[in-house]
Amino acid sequence: MKFKNNVMSLDDVDLKILQALQEDSRQTFTALGERLGLAHSTIYDRVRRMEEQKIIKNYTALVDAERMGIKMITALVTVYTEPKETEKVAAKLAESPEVLEVYTSLSEELLIIAKVVAASQESLHEFIANSIAPLPGVLRIRTSIVTKKLKESLFSIKNESKGVTFIKGTTE
Amino acid sequence: MNEDSSQVLRNVPREKAFYFFTSVGNYTGMSAASLKEFMEKVNGVNVKSLEFHLQRGDFEKWVEEVLQDKDLARDIKRLQRFNLTGNALRNQLSMVVSRRYKRLAAPRDTIHS
Repeated sequence: MKFKNNVMSLDDVDLKILQALQEDSRQTFTALGERLGLAHSTIYDRVRRMEEQKIIKNYTALVDAERMGIKMITALVTVYTEPKETEKVAAKLAESPEVLEVYTSLSEELLIIAKVVAASQESLHEFIANSIAPLPGVLRIRTSIVTKKLKESLFSIKNESKGVTFIKGTTE
Repeated sequence: MNEDSSQVLRNVPREKAFYFFTSVGNYTGMSAASLKEFMEKVNGVNVKSLEFHLQRGDFEKWVEEVLQDKDLARDIKRLQRFNLTGNALRNQLSMVVSRRYKRLAAPRDTIHS
């Protein structure tokens, strides 16, 4: 583990630990050590440093809302804004629990793309009409309601044999 | 203009304005914060937006709850029965709203009916 320009550079052992934790973050350091052929104290030390450096940001539970019987609709909402207001609108959107992801993008126009969930089309419309459209600087809004999810990936590390590493998406 | 008229004709805050959509979540970029502005926007907005909101009852709800004009809300609700679309809807809605606006905005002694 090395630092360059205040950025932590990870070695092959770190990457193997991250990959294993992304597969199952609940496994013990002992189990992880046995699996990777390393002492549990080494695992502990590496994980602690990656937590301190915020490379490991959090350990969380992935919840399947459908299995809980919660019917939700998902929409991808594109918000066109006046350029000087884009950051403020994006920040306001990010505060809303209905908004899962927010991105700003510069294509032909400066715009915001947000992933929004709602209990129904009516509540989705109410949220957009009452909480997004009135924000200063919003010019117009385009909404696509998701009808089928074919893939949803999480950013994860793939550690190939012979020490070659690369990053790929994993499908749930 | 009497007290009731000024209530209906006032400008409402941004968060209470009417925002024109063409379908669920698709905002046209046009809004109205007063009856006068609403009357103007009815003539300029995409007619799909008029069809969308009339069918949902959004116009009458805004007029009654925000502008607090029950008479105009009732007149707009009546339009739903005719299943109007396209410019026929625009013309009728425009007529109903502008007639009401003119009546409210006119000086009291010029109101005859």
